[in-house]
Order: sequence, then structure tokens, then C-alpha cells
Amino acid sequence: MRLQTPEKTVTFTFDGRRIKAVPGEPLSAALLANGIKLVARSFKYHRPRGVMSAGSEEQNALVTVGHGAQAEPNVRATTLEVSEGLEVSSQNAWPSLRYDALAVNDLVSPFLAAGFYYKTFMWPRSFWEKLYEPVIRRAAGLGGLSGETNPDTYEKAFAFCDVLVIGAGPAGLMAALTAGRAGADVIIADEDTEMGGRLLREREQIDGKDARAWVADALAELDALPNVRCMTRTTVTGAYDQGTYGALERLAGARAADKPVECFWRIVAKRAILCAGALERPIAFPNNDRPGIMMASAVRAYVNRWGVAPGKAVAVFGNNDDAHRTAHDLAEVGIKVAAVIDSRDDAKVSGDYPLYTGAQVIATKGRHGLKSITIRHNGGTRTIQADCLAMSGGWNPTVHLTCHMNGRPTWREEIASFVPTPDSIPGMVTAGACNGTFSTVACLTEGADVAADVARDLGLKPQTTVPAADDAAYAITPLWAVPGKGRKWIDFQNDVHVKDIRLAAQENFRSVEHMKRYTTQGMAPDQGKSSNVVALAVLADATGRGIPETGTTTFRPPYVPVSIAAMGAGSQGKGFAPERFTTSHQASIACDAPMIEAGLWYRPSYFPQKGETHWRQSCDREVGYVRNAVGVCDVSTLGKIDIQGPDAAALLDFVYTNMFSTLKVGRVRYGLMLREDGHVMDDGTTARLGAQHFVMTTTTAAAGLVMRHLEFVLQVLRPDLDAKIISVTEQWAQFAVAGPQARALLNTVLDQPLDDETWPFMACGAVDVAGVRGRLFRISFSGEHAYEVAVPARYGESLFRMLVAQAEVMGGGPYGMEALNVLRIEKGFITHAEIHGRTTAFDIGMGRMVSAKKDCIGKAAAARPGLSGEMRQQLVGLRAKSPDHGLSAGAHLFAKDAAETRVNSQGYVTSACFSPTLQTHLALGFVENGRARHGEVIKLRDHLRDITEEVEVCDPVFFDPTGGRARG
Amino acid sequence: MVKLIALTPCAGLLPITHGGVEVTEVRPERLMSVAPYAGQSKATSAKLKEQIGEGLSAVMCRAGAVTWFGHGTWLVAGEVALDGVAAVTDQSDAWAVVAISGAGAEDVLARLVPVDLRAGVFKKNHVAKTMLGHMAVTITRTDTATFEIMVMRAMARTLVHDLDIAMRGVAAR
Amino acid sequence: MRITCPNCGPRDRREFYYQGDALALDRPAEDAGLEAWDDYLHNRENPAGDTADLWFHEAGCGAWLVVERNTVTHAVHKATLAEKAKR
Ligand SMILES: [Zn+2]
Repeated sequence: MRLQTPEKTVTFTFDGRRIKAVPGEPLSAALLANGIKLVARSFKYHRPRGVMSAGSEEQNALVTVGHGAQAEPNVRATTLEVSEGLEVSSQNAWPSLRYDALAVNDLVSPFLAAGFYYKTFMWPRSFWEKLYEPVIRRAAGLGGLSGETNPDTYEKAFAFCDVLVIGAGPAGLMAALTAGRAGADVIIADEDTEMGGRLLREREQIDGKDARAWVADALAELDALPNVRCMTRTTVTGAYDQGTYGALERLAGARAADKPVECFWRIVAKRAILCAGALERPIAFPNNDRPGIMMASAVRAYVNRWGVAPGKAVAVFGNNDDAHRTAHDLAEVGIKVAAVIDSRDDAKVSGDYPLYTGAQVIATKGRHGLKSITIRHNGGTRTIQADCLAMSGGWNPTVHLTCHMNGRPTWREEIASFVPTPDSIPGMVTAGACNGTFSTVACLTEGADVAADVARDLGLKPQTTVPAADDAAYAITPLWAVPGKGRKWIDFQNDVHVKDIRLAAQENFRSVEHMKRYTTQGMAPDQGKSSNVVALAVLADATGRGIPETGTTTFRPPYVPVSIAAMGAGSQGKGFAPERFTTSHQASIACDAPMIEAGLWYRPSYFPQKGETHWRQSCDREVGYVRNAVGVCDVSTLGKIDIQGPDAAALLDFVYTNMFSTLKVGRVRYGLMLREDGHVMDDGTTARLGAQHFVMTTTTAAAGLVMRHLEFVLQVLRPDLDAKIISVTEQWAQFAVAGPQARALLNTVLDQPLDDETWPFMACGAVDVAGVRGRLFRISFSGEHAYEVAVPARYGESLFRMLVAQAEVMGGGPYGMEALNVLRIEKGFITHAEIHGRTTAFDIGMGRMVSAKKDCIGKAAAARPGLSGEMRQQLVGLRAKSPDHGLSAGAHLFAKDAAETRVNSQGYVTSACFSPTLQTHLALGFVENGRARHGEVIKLRDHLRDITEEVEVCDPVFFDPTGGRARG
Repeated sequence: MVKLIALTPCAGLLPITHGGVEVTEVRPERLMSVAPYAGQSKATSAKLKEQIGEGLSAVMCRAGAVTWFGHGTWLVAGEVALDGVAAVTDQSDAWAVVAISGAGAEDVLARLVPVDLRAGVFKKNHVAKTMLGHMAVTITRTDTATFEIMVMRAMARTLVHDLDIAMRGVAAR
Repeated sequence: MRITCPNCGPRDRREFYYQGDALALDRPAEDAGLEAWDDYLHNRENPAGDTADLWFHEAGCGAWLVVERNTVTHAVHKATLAEKAKR
């Protein structure tokens, strides 16, 4: 029921029913205004539930918003803003909210007590996978996911400030005003749609005016300060190391293209002031979960802020002074107060309505909505007709954020609550209700005072002036659970009641953390915000301990649920990882080349031609180009590192196993790099361009690793070396030109023709490529007469197209990764398939490359026993005994007659291919004492692909073992 | 005689505009990295001043054609000869360089960059070596509402993609 | 987590690469013997308290840093350039 007729309305749907609402009000207010009490079904017993609170702590009223891929489950009706066309459905109920089949759980509830999962589904073991798990999975959870890709946009962002004020109630506003006026960069964040906190929900005066008018003035002042940023709809969700805070912002208004639904902020603050307020806690009494039973503060929030009466006849049940505010405010606006029940015998309270002190609610009626309550008073019972019951078990300061870095809250007896322990979060102070300070004037004062301290800390000169305001006392006599029979709910969201907690204690789950896991109290979206202290008190009572000794469970981030989409914002689709494209990318795509990922790079697998139906056809043809004519391949993805300085050669001698100081200018040498533990890190060629100038090549995969390694060597291990390194991978587009016609092809683009005398194998130097200064290296990864030619990247695409066009004239063309792989396997050249991190220089047959004349990274460790010798699995070639039978990488190798079991494995295959050159299947692999076993026939077994083949162990260089082709 | 055609790193990708924020490509003529050898910073600075009018800039700063470019390294927009005092490496083609400008540019970058780029903190000619999304970048404030962003050339497309999404999000607010 | 890089100022942890204990600064001589190399490569303290380790400002200025921090409180006391560290 609405207290006034609204000026403007919108229409939304709830389970298909069209309902009018005030735009921007929370869904919970709209439902209550329309007399809708039954909103949801509970998690376990499917009990009918209604709106309980007016904030993000809501346990009951969880709904699904939208439909299809955009459906969002478990949205709290209390924080969902109503807009035109909003589509809301109830969840966890079938076939309908009113007649829910699984409500049968409620009838068999004695069998579903805490821990029933652990007891019931133990045996027989075989039932678990086929029966128990599928059934539980279907019954478990609240709202469901669509299983479709969410098309909505989410965002993440970073913000920085001097002072982060968390919460914009009286303490927060005063803190922001004080720090802001002093000149600090302030961010004030509040999860509500408007700032003001409880001041928007109470009827009181500040500075002689209506509190809401004071809030409006304060906000106007904050808005006018350029150094203050106000963030509404923003919940600070977590406190992290070094002043980093997580915050979830929900954007206002309807969903629209490009517009983020939520933004997850990482806020870095020099100081933070927590003004998170307090949450009212329920009282455990029988059937205290009926729709219509709400928190007392929520009842007056609906009345005062949204002009909605949650009932026609409202009863109030509390153990503290604050509950009486609700009765006063209801009476003020003319809503019938059916009764006020105060559990305290000595309560000093008054009001123009039936008042029962020393009384308790012991029963309620009304399955789909409250109809009456029964109270015990003066030794007798009395039934009171009421369609709404406002309950208040007192206030829990919202200490959560102060516990996010291992802090534990402190028990304060006089308010029967936990308060933050000072300095729990470095740089954070607390003020107001979250600190256990409850009167408005005390909150204002504390907010101003702590902000002034913080500002002074930051070197500013703050001034504090605090307006006059309400100074009502807060007296409470704890009442956790009403004695007597019946299920008294504590954690409404998880359907945990008093008896469950007593059962946990009885079964010796006495530690609060054990009790939580056993009963599930404090789990799920609300994380026990309202139920924790009550549950502790009941556990303390059951175990005969005090509450402080019982302790709390651990509050962890996030304070409210955060969608994974918001946390991972920006990383969907192409945002997942950067894409690196070579300069020849467009040209390769234009040839229909399928691209494969190589780290972040994209490289062509092969270049299909008309009539080719299988990649092998393309690959074999491309291998033929290189062996018989000429092939062109983009090798720009290999890491290229420019190394200069007086100690450049000394650096190379230290990071490579072999000697580079002896390399002549204008020559290239193959180098092997170890990790400090003696295993191979990477390999590649390094060219000497000048006396103090080298350019190193790394594999594509290890480019970043090697760069970091070289910086490590220069800055950490050998700062005495005067050498400078910088990546030039992106500066140069580099292409391999390989095959008998390689020189002829290059001579069509080079300004000066090449000859053997000036450009022998392993020569390097500057060349002019069609008028552009470039670099040429006579190196070969295919075993053919080959070069790599480099030009500044801006000319890359142009040069690639030119080389390919010329190659095609000469009976060759471009080749991709597949052909490149075959060419190098035929030659026994290794890649990271072989140097996979567990192989030593000895294993790959390069033990002699570790120079005895100098120290180098990995040299000492490589000499350790066990890293060389006969028992090591050594690199070998493997040739299929049946040439047309395929071999597979990953297969294991066994002695010819051995059983193919793990213990008999003598090695494994690392690379395999069909060699069109040799017309047989080949592989590289490692096998025990392999170099001494050339000629032996062994067995290859791939259990995964079910391949068994006999293979002959041989030298890894299958083709042109003398290397004449590359030199010729 | 054949002739090679030059393409810029962002060819075909820029400019883009959303809600008053514009991203355009910057095309530096020449970029040389300069890393002074041990004890040669002063000598390097003096030679640079002679050759291009500015010495080595302060850490995290740009001065004229000289931009701090990381630990012990500067990037100079122009041809320099520093034989013996510093390592000089041609980087002219290694970087995609874009300018993002407009009143919302700071907000756009706040969605992608984990450092404080607010005007009061990150002033004109301040330089940050940091990240944009998942990429390492160099960001320079070149004017009140303009930033220059450098990213590895091969990642130009991802840079434009990430900026485009962030710009749309800011514009939609 | 934030680390104050001596070059760049306070930066988010995402910009840094973590290497391991700062004892890597003291590389044994080639002939230091098996035990010394074993210690250097493998044996690490696992302190509940103050520790020093090496981080690389990889997505920043490219400096290797010695970071002194506390594994219990998560406080980061200091970060200094590795190349200037005493060894
Ligand atoms: Zn740094």
C-alpha cells in the first residue's frame, strides 16, 4: 500500500504479472506497495518467503531478472531498481511460486537436518556418481544460469584518491565533508542509489532541519568540491594490501548497447574511512520466516523513504530501544500498530498503542503471508492479528571490511555486538555505526573527527564543525532465541535454524568454523550478514562458552556478490589476450592460410592451393619448394635482441655455453643457452654486426623469457658487465628464403647481387633491399642454401609479397609452420618440443658445446651427477620400419619385446612427421643411452591414439648429414 | 627497379571517435633508443643536447625529443650519433604510436591502465611505463587532454580494440 | 598488492614478475662445489615474517628489484634496484 499517490509510474512484470511502480524504487518496495508478500522460496525446504530487509543484506527476496542469455539469477529485490519493462521472475519454485512441488522437503525436514548430506549420501559408494550427485545438483542452488554467452557489457576501472570514504550515512558524509573541505582528494562510495544512509530512512532533524534536507545540502557541497568524487550504487567489496580496495558499481537505468551493466573498480587510497553503518539482526522465534515478518528498520525505511506501508496492522517485536522508532514512525503516518512487544522487563518505553514488556513472540500463522502472532506475556499467551511483524534483535556493526586482512573484531558487551579492532587494515579507520557508535550526533562527530585526523596525517589543515542532531540512547538486553518448541530460523537464506546449530555442537562441531561448514550457516550470497552473531550466540550457549570465546567465522571479500563478468571485464573475446600479427599477416590470410597461435603470435600453418583437400598435400608441396626450388617464410616472430657495449661479448660468453667473444664481425654462430640448473633454456643464432654490437635470435616461444633472463644477468648477477640490451623483434620484418634458388631469388630484390665469396654460409651484414637498408643472415633452419633477410617492419608486407611473387616464378612459393617443422625434423634440428625444460646439453648431443674455457650460466649445475651418462635419455632419430605408417609425438618407446607398461618405458617421441623428401615417417625422441643404440629396432607405443610401430633408432640428422646443401 | 611500400602500424585501424574522445595515429619519423654506458650519462646528455637540443630527460619525463623509456634507457625522436658513450638502436618501426584526446580521455584510460593518470598527478610530459589491458605500454601526457600511447607494433590491432571498447563504455554513460 | 619501484613509484602487483628469494644475488663460483650450488638452486627458507625477494618490473621500467616484505602482515617495506644491491 502506498501512503501517497505517486507522480510518475512505470510498469514491470513479476512472474508475468504487470505491476505499476515508482521508477527507481527498489523492487522490494514496489512489491510491498502492491501487496505482494510471497516473493521467493527458500533454499533447502522451499518455504514461502517475503521481503525481509531494505538493503544488500537481503536473505529471502532473491529473484531472476531478464530472460535468456541476459537472465541474471539471485538478484536481491532490495537493491534492484525498477525501470519500465523490467522483467522479474521468482526462482527455486516449480511449478509456481504459490504451489511449489519441492515444498515437500519442508514436510520431511526432520530427515534433512544439518549434516544430512554427509550422513545420507555415504553409501553405497556406487550410488554417488549415478544417483546422488545428479539429484543433489538438480535440487541445489537458487537461481539457474542460462548456459548461454552473456551479451552484456561489463567494465573494470582503476581509481586513485587520498581518502576513500566507504558509506555515505551521517558519519561518511561528515568524513567526506571534513576531508574534502581540507583539500584532500576524496572518493566517497555508497551502495545505495542515493547518498545519506539511514538519514534517508529516519524521521529526524539535523541542524534544525529535516535530516533529508541536511543530506541534500551536504551532497550539494560535496558535488561542488572538485576534489571530491561521489560514487553511488558502488559497494566497496574488499580491502586488499597496500590500500587497494575493490568496489562494484551498478550502473543506473536500463541495459543498452555498449553500456556496462556493472563496473568493477580497483580503488587505491592513501587512507580509508569505513563508515559502513550497521545491520539489524533478527530474533530466532518459531516460524519467524513467514512473508510479512521483516526487520524493524526495514519497515520504517519503506514507510519513511518510499512511502510504502508493508502492512495494514503491524506488530513490533524487539529487545532494544531502537525498535520503538518503528512503532512511532508508523503511528506518525497513521498505520495501525497492532502491538509492540519488548522482551525487556525493564524497558522504559511509551506509545499510544498496545505495549507488552517482558514479552516474547512464540508463534506465527499464515503460510503465504503473516496473519497473526502469538505472544507470551505475564505467564499467559495472547494472539494478535497482524499482517506484518517488525523485529529487531539489535544492531551488528558492519565490521566486514576490517576483517579482510586477517583482523578479528572485538566483542562489546554493552551493545552485544562485535566492533572493529583498530588498525586491522593498515591505513583504514572506522567511524559511526560500524564502530558501534549509534546516535546520529555521535556518528556525525566521529565522522568529522576521524576525517580530521586523517587529513592532518596527509599534511592538511582540517576544521571540524558538527551540526546539532538526535542523541537518542541505545539500550539493549540481548535476546537471541525465544525458548520453546518449533523451528526458529537464524540463517534464512540457508534454512538454518536453532536446532541445527545445537545439533552441530552436540556432534562436536564446536568450533565456529566447523559449525559453519556443518550447518552451512553464513554461506551463500548474503554470507551470514544478518545471521552470524545470532548463530554464534546460540553456539556459545550450546557449548557453554561466552560469545567472545566462541569467536567469529572469517569475513572474506567480497562483501556483496560480484559477477564474474565484472571481475573479468575486458577479458572476454579478443580481450582475453593480446594478438600479435606479423607484417605478412594480411598477405597470408589473402592466401587462405589457416593461422595457428604461437604464443601471442599468429602464424600460417600452410598455404592451400586449388585442388588440395588435406593439409598434408599442402605441406608436402611446400617442403618440395624448399628442397627443390625456393620457399619463403615469415620468421619475424623469433625474438631478436640488440646487444651493444664494451662487455657485449663477455655477456654472450656468460649466457651461452659456447664462445662468442671469438666470433668474427660479419659472422653468425649457433648458441646454446642453459638455465642455472643446467637444463637447456633456449637456442638460436647470434650475429656479430660490430666489435661491440651483436644481434641475438631466440625461439618464438622463449623471446620474453630470454629478454628477462638477460636483464637478470645484467642487473642481478653481473652488474659489472657494461652491456645494453633492447628487443628489436618488432623493428625488423624478417623472412627466410630457403632452397637451391634462394640466392637467385634474393638477387631479384637486392641492390647488390650476392656471391659465395662475400656471403658464405653463416655470414651476415647490411644489404640494400629495393632501396631500403636491411640486414642479411646466411643461416638455415631447413638444411638448404638459405638466408634470412630483414627490413624495417614498415616494409614487411611489401617485401613478403615481392619475395613470394618471385618465388612463384621460380617454381617455389610461401611455406608455413607445417612445412617448416618437417624441414627441421628431416635435419634433426631441435625446437622446444625437444628442449622442453628437462633436457640437458648432454641429452641433445651438444655436451661438447659447453666450453671448458669459461664459466657460464648452468655450467656448474650441468656437471652434477645424474645429468649426463648412459642412463640419460638421449636425442635420437626414429625411422618407421613401415614407411607409410604414421608415428606420433607423445608416444613412449620400449625395447622391442618388452611389455608396454610404464616401468618399461625407455623414452618418448617429441616430434613426428611424414618426410616427403625421404618418403617415410620420421620422428625425433629421447631414448635411454640412445646414441649408442643407432641401428637398433625398438617399439613405439601410443596408448592414447592406439598406435604400435616398430622404429629404427638412428642419428637425428636424417637428411644431408654432411650439411653440404646449406654450404653450397 | 622494384620499390618497397611502407605501411604504418595502425594502417586501416585509425582514426576512431566515440563520445568526444578521438584516437589517431602518430607517425614519428625516427625513434632511436639510447642507453648510456656505465658512467656515460653526462657525456650522453651533452652530446644529445648538441645534436637535438635536449639532454637526457628526468626519469618518468619527456623533454622535447627525448623520452624516458625505462630503466637506463631513453627514446629519442631523431637521428643521433653517440659512438662510445651510449648504445643506440633503431626503434623507428618497432612501435605503434597513437594519440588519445578529448575530455573523456582520462576516463577511458582509467578503464585500461592501472596507474594514476589524473591531471593533478600525471602532468604534461610525464611518462609512465605501464600496462594497458594485458599489454606493456608507454604513456605520455602530451597536453591537457591528450595522451600518447606506444605499444609493440604487432599489437596495434589489440590496442585499438581495447581502446574502442573502453571508449564506447565511457561514451555510453 | 603494490610495490614502490625506485624508478616508477607505487605500482600494482600485476606489472611485476616474481622471481624468488634474493639469495640469487650471491651466485657461487663455478667450482664452489655441489653443496653450495644445491643451496643456491634449491634450498629456501620459508619465513613467517620478513623476507627479501627479487621482482622484475617487467610491464614497467624493466628494473630488477630487491623487495623486502613481510609474509605475515603483507607489508612491503622497501624495494631497491638489484644492480645496486650489496653482494
Ligand atoms: Zn619501474
